[in-house]
Amino acid sequence: MNWLAYNTLIVLAGTSLLGIVAGVLGSYMVLRRRALLGDALSHAAYPGLGLAFLITGQRHFGGLLTGAFATALIGSWTVGAIRRHTRVKEDAAIGIVLSVFFGLGVVVSRIVQNTTTTGSKAGLDSFIFGKSSGMVAADVRAILLVGVVVLAATLLLAKEFRLLAFDPDFGRVQGWPILLLDIIMMSLVCVTTIVGLPAVGVVLMAALLIIPGAAARFWTDRLGRMLWLAGLFGGVAGACGTLASAWAPSNVGAGPVIILTAAGCFLFSMLAAPRRGAVARMLRHVALARRVAMQNLLRTLYELSEPAWPDPAPLRPGRRAAARGWVEPNSDGWRLTGAGWQRAAEVTRAHRLWEIFLIEEAQVAPTLVDRDAEQVEHVLEPATVRHLEQRLAELGLVPQGLGAAPRRHAALEELEEAPS
Amino acid sequence: MSAFAAWWNSLPIGLTDALWTIAVGATASVGCALLGCYLVLRRLSLLGDAISHAILPGLVLGLLWTGTRNPLPMLLGAMAMGMATAFLTELFERMGRVPADSSMGVVFTSLFAAGVILINLFASQIDMDPGCVLYGLIEFVVFDTVELGGLPVPRALLTMSGMLALVLVFIALLWKELKLCSFDPALASAMGLSAGLVHYLLMAMVATATVASFEAVGSILVIAMLIVPGATAHLLTDRLGWMMALAAAVALISAVAGYLGAHVWNTSVAGMMAVAAGVQFALAALLAPRYGVLGRMLHNLSVGLRIAREDMLTLLWRRGERGREPALAGGAIRELTGDGIVFRLALGGLRRRGLVRVDDGQVALTANGARAAEEIIHAHRLWEVYMADELERRPEAVHEAAHPMEHFLPPELARQIDEHLNHPRTDPHGSRIPRQGRIG
Repeated sequence: MNWLAYNTLIVLAGTSLLGIVAGVLGSYMVLRRRALLGDALSHAAYPGLGLAFLITGQRHFGGLLTGAFATALIGSWTVGAIRRHTRVKEDAAIGIVLSVFFGLGVVVSRIVQNTTTTGSKAGLDSFIFGKSSGMVAADVRAILLVGVVVLAATLLLAKEFRLLAFDPDFGRVQGWPILLLDIIMMSLVCVTTIVGLPAVGVVLMAALLIIPGAAARFWTDRLGRMLWLAGLFGGVAGACGTLASAWAPSNVGAGPVIILTAAGCFLFSMLAAPRRGAVARMLRHVALARRVAMQNLLRTLYELSEPAWPDPAPLRPGRRAAARGWVEPNSDGWRLTGAGWQRAAEVTRAHRLWEIFLIEEAQVAPTLVDRDAEQVEHVLEPATVRHLEQRLAELGLVPQGLGAAPRRHAALEELEEAPS
Repeated sequence: MSAFAAWWNSLPIGLTDALWTIAVGATASVGCALLGCYLVLRRLSLLGDAISHAILPGLVLGLLWTGTRNPLPMLLGAMAMGMATAFLTELFERMGRVPADSSMGVVFTSLFAAGVILINLFASQIDMDPGCVLYGLIEFVVFDTVELGGLPVPRALLTMSGMLALVLVFIALLWKELKLCSFDPALASAMGLSAGLVHYLLMAMVATATVASFEAVGSILVIAMLIVPGATAHLLTDRLGWMMALAAAVALISAVAGYLGAHVWNTSVAGMMAVAAGVQFALAALLAPRYGVLGRMLHNLSVGLRIAREDMLTLLWRRGERGREPALAGGAIRELTGDGIVFRLALGGLRRRGLVRVDDGQVALTANGARAAEEIIHAHRLWEVYMADELERRPEAVHEAAHPMEHFLPPELARQIDEHLNHPRTDPHGSRIPRQGRIG
């Protein structure tokens, strides 16, 4: 068990840092719906490695990175150019750049293998799948340097990047140099991708850019928090993946384990996140459906305002209403209790406010007006609610707690037929 | 047949190997290209990318299951993974409200990672090199042959031909359905066609084609074969039938050019095929008559020149209307068009058409030029009247609005407006509307 060995520590530091940086930058890519551009970039970096090798004739670290950066940037520009100047859509543009540049990379690297001595060819292949166990201090230093630059840039340009992510058109109108900002961001992504290639490889680098950001998006609607979380997810995935692969009995590379750890974070976030998570959303949906059913029941009872009603008990909202003491059986059916009247009048009032709002203010077809009426006060501004109440009074539709049979149909239908 | 076989076998081995390799590459890429047309049209290109990565664990599981390179279990495993990619992407989109691209990215990279781990874990039991999954082994297909009618046919060619036949049958059977779902999925659903079913059938076919081809060209370059020919053809035509034919042609050329290029530079055939496809796309993007960059630039230039020519004519004509000589120094006209090159080209065009003549640097209208100018002024002033009378615009506001319109009002429409307005004699500013043959 050598999990605290110097080599492992090096790799651990490198992959965690890479995860943090990729997570932060990737969040912007996810928000800008450009997640797969990272995929194209990392593939487009491949020919640059081979070309740099052909030109310099050796496996010089800086030279390789420069070459990869150059072709990755050209690839990113090509995607934009294809999208802007031809009828080809962005998805096809990404696919074209990704595959053609990668094809070029295969061609170049085969030429490299044929022209140089055998000792050096292994270097290029490892960029495809990554070889984190082969990480050396120089790789980690490169990641550290890039990490500092990227994080400093995201801090300094926080406001500008926010604008770029959410409303670039507004930014352009306001006179921000959106194109320049875009180029800066893409360059940062390119640099991050390239220092990550030796560690996790072409395909998995794309994953590291996408997954932490996509996972962080579930937990918050605030950009700052999302960046923190994405960095955290990326870092944790990097660290856990490295440790797991170091502990694993057989020879499993860290790259894929890192990605699967990140994917685990994503799945957990998708299921468990409090507001946007699938479970929370399902529960909310059920709760809403119950509340609407209950409100409909009460309102129907109120509006019928007859001494005898159809038996609501077989319906589940009916049983729950009875359990809460809002309805009670009488000699030939069911009736609202005192508390039930109160509640039903509230629901009816809210419902009518909503109906009037939708018919008069929002120009919605009257058939569409049914929804969770209780939301009316949360959705609308107080002034609007007061105005609606006034309209309700003018139309004589204010439900009167007890007694007074509401005249719903006549007045509302009149209103519906005479749109203002 | 045997005579042909004898002749074939008498050919030099280098040539027959080259032809077999090209045949394998061509069948694989034509099959992919045909399916790729639908992916490009439905903006699903990246699902092809995703599927081609995600089939890796399926291949490994298929291998592990049988322990041999029996293609059927591998094919089934890969197809299952391909479908799973399409399904999971949609599931995350719906369940987690994840944007489509992120969802796809999460799914296929995770599956790819799982595949790499499987290969690492069971490296001793399976003979699978991650490298050949990525690059393919098209150079080696001629070493694995079966005897067919006296010919040593590469086994891969049989696989690819089967795939191509399947693709052709699929497209022929579902031609109408696929077309409808590609262009108007909502209409397809309204007509009672299950767009979802067609979608998943297409995904199954893409997975099949990808699996069959990856052996030849590898899992990443298969994306080039799926997407690039379709995208190239899409730049050249608006008709689906033609698009497929062109995509197949692009695929064929890629296979041949890829092989030859790889032979010349002694490099990877699969990589060179992708590059050849990319070069064809670049050429189409630049040179396509209607959708190419150059084509559009030429079109814009010709429209710009026409407008400059017409502006020059009307400038001179209006001088004549105000009782002055319908001629101007070249420099004064040049101020109108601004750019020197546009000015020179436009003036040259007018002289060639005999609409103006140039004496001593003075540009003057000819009789033909005056007639041409009148037509334009006619359109301009008619349009002014139309806007003032029918659209109730203020007379001060109509001149600027009529200015661009004078270049684009077809004669037939001008005639109709003229009749509709009862042949007005003056425009809202009181200027005479010229009729053919009368100046001013």
